[in-house]
Amino acid sequence: MTSTDGTLITPADLAGGGVGGNDPDVQGKFGIFGGRYVPEALIPALDEVAAEYEKAKTDLDFIREFDHLLRTYAGRPTTLTEVPRFAAHAGGARILLKREDLTHTGAHKINNVLGQALLTKRLGKRRVIAETGAGQHGVATATAAALMGLECVIYMGAVDCERQALNVARMKLLGATVVPVTNGSQTLKDAINEAFRDWVTNVEHTHYLFGTVAGPHPFPEIVRDFARIIGVEARRQVQELVGRLPDAVCAAVGGGSNAIGLFHAFIPDEGVRLYGYEAGGRGAETGEHALTLTQGSVGVLHGARTYVLQDDEGQTIESHSISAGLDYPGVGPEHAWLKDSGRATYEGVTDEEAMEAFALLARTEGIIPAIESSHALAGALRLGRELGPDAVILVNLSGRGDKDMGTAMKYFNL
Amino acid sequence: MTTLQAVFDKARAEDRAALVGYLPAGFPTKDGAVRAATAMVEAGCDVIEIGLPYSDPLMDGPTIQDAVHRSLENGTRIADVLRTVEGVAKSGAATLVMTYWNPIDRYGAERFARDLASAGGVGTITPDLTPEESGPWLDASRESGLGTVFLVAPSSPDERIAKVAACCTGFVYAASLMGVTGARESVSSAAEGLVKKTKAHTALPVCVGLGVGNGAQAAEVASYADGVIVGSAFIRRLLDAPDEKSGLVAVRELAEELARGVRR
Repeated sequence: MTSTDGTLITPADLAGGGVGGNDPDVQGKFGIFGGRYVPEALIPALDEVAAEYEKAKTDLDFIREFDHLLRTYAGRPTTLTEVPRFAAHAGGARILLKREDLTHTGAHKINNVLGQALLTKRLGKRRVIAETGAGQHGVATATAAALMGLECVIYMGAVDCERQALNVARMKLLGATVVPVTNGSQTLKDAINEAFRDWVTNVEHTHYLFGTVAGPHPFPEIVRDFARIIGVEARRQVQELVGRLPDAVCAAVGGGSNAIGLFHAFIPDEGVRLYGYEAGGRGAETGEHALTLTQGSVGVLHGARTYVLQDDEGQTIESHSISAGLDYPGVGPEHAWLKDSGRATYEGVTDEEAMEAFALLARTEGIIPAIESSHALAGALRLGRELGPDAVILVNLSGRGDKDMGTAMKYFNL
Repeated sequence: MTTLQAVFDKARAEDRAALVGYLPAGFPTKDGAVRAATAMVEAGCDVIEIGLPYSDPLMDGPTIQDAVHRSLENGTRIADVLRTVEGVAKSGAATLVMTYWNPIDRYGAERFARDLASAGGVGTITPDLTPEESGPWLDASRESGLGTVFLVAPSSPDERIAKVAACCTGFVYAASLMGVTGARESVSSAAEGLVKKTKAHTALPVCVGLGVGNGAQAAEVASYADGVIVGSAFIRRLLDAPDEKSGLVAVRELAEELARGVRR
């Protein structure tokens, strides 16, 4: 898939061209999902972003600049690592990790952020705002803002600020202002509400650098396209390594950007099963989880129709997960569509299962994963036992676990 | 039941703007909301918007967020919202529900429209429902004889204003500024231009909301708009009052001040 001039990405890679049939319609709908449910005041800004992105994604200068940043700044392509000692616990199936943890800033979020920061400059805006849960998107946004000389404000739930204090310090060091959000559940969903309030007030000079494939159109499409490189690279790397496509592709799903980034290049490959793992928290039966796709119902949250954790009158139910990055009661509309169409399968992984996989990968392979990514690892262990020793399973190791040491110290009494 | 048409006809006949007050159901208490809204009507509000409290009010500033949060803590359900509408409609005001879309979506559009109409409500204001997604709600509202009010904003280009206005019955809600709800020091200078632009696309009355909180501001807006919408300032009076009784006095005083404003 590498283009002839040696770049990582081509216009086709970015635009999802050649994949076909999985782009939203003009109103941003994936089937019945997606669209726009936002104050009218924001419609012109969303139109502006969509129009600029349409131009950018076929503009070779834009693509070259993005590609250059991905290679020389983010550290792409990221490697593929086979983990046999870990896989021994999965019935002997071959498990391959796509190492997004090795990117600059330590998680896949950098891909989307660099693309959108370039888009911000094209839009002629000087300020970016973003929401963050685990802090990874906030750190990535603050990083890109520092790199490109943009003013940066990050909204983060007060609860998350506490459990991810290290990332708060990183953002501040990078020159961003971090605003702790103290209303509602004080987590990611409330940070998104607050970021929207800022955006509607400052939209003239501010771009909302949305961090996941949720939200109103065109965010689900733009964020997916900038994250798509993960699957484009991995698809080629798996073929080079094992001589064929994988049997299954696994990723953790909160809002769903690392998952869609990995899945998307594989959607036309009918023999490749797609598995998304949501945060099962303390267990589906306890009600304390973030099982949006597996336990939620169809509704509207943060500007899009999708699956939502909500009560019988449409009030959002607060989610729970040991990983801040998956602690979200909504999910990207394209995942809702992939679920309903049967193309992808979504399952829950509890806090406990995720933490076991977290420790297991560290002990067996010397890799400390993010707790978010550990949900995908736990899913792969389960899937390996199911598919048997001949199976090849690709897992998105979406981020590294440095930020999770506080949680790990508490959990394992380290 | 007083219709929106009757309200604006009467205001026009009296050569003044209509006064629209907002209060969330269930705030300060379930019954207290009916008493406060009734006081607002007795002191001069022509139209009352009853807010349907929602967990993620992303268009609202801190004052309404606070009130809505308390309302949800009070256990307010849609049945309570409908009972509030019923109570307030008896006071003689045209009574609307202002709500984010998801609660109606979940309750069922047709069912909500029917139940609101039976409670004496005259329509809804839906701040996050775009014309593109409004089809089912327009159908359900028409079926039940409810008005549908949507918002235009200072950022709205002419073609959007035309599109939004075409979905409206009763009146068009012009958001005076780019931002969230809440009282401001002064009324945005964008408001007058927006009203003018909107009137080029519709014969409906145009009411201005966001950032209006006192008599002088009401008078200023009344000089170019058909209605003046006030929400956070009423809530602020209730939040600041030591008890409900003094809260009601404060709300009544504010409504009287605003009513004088729209008559200047």
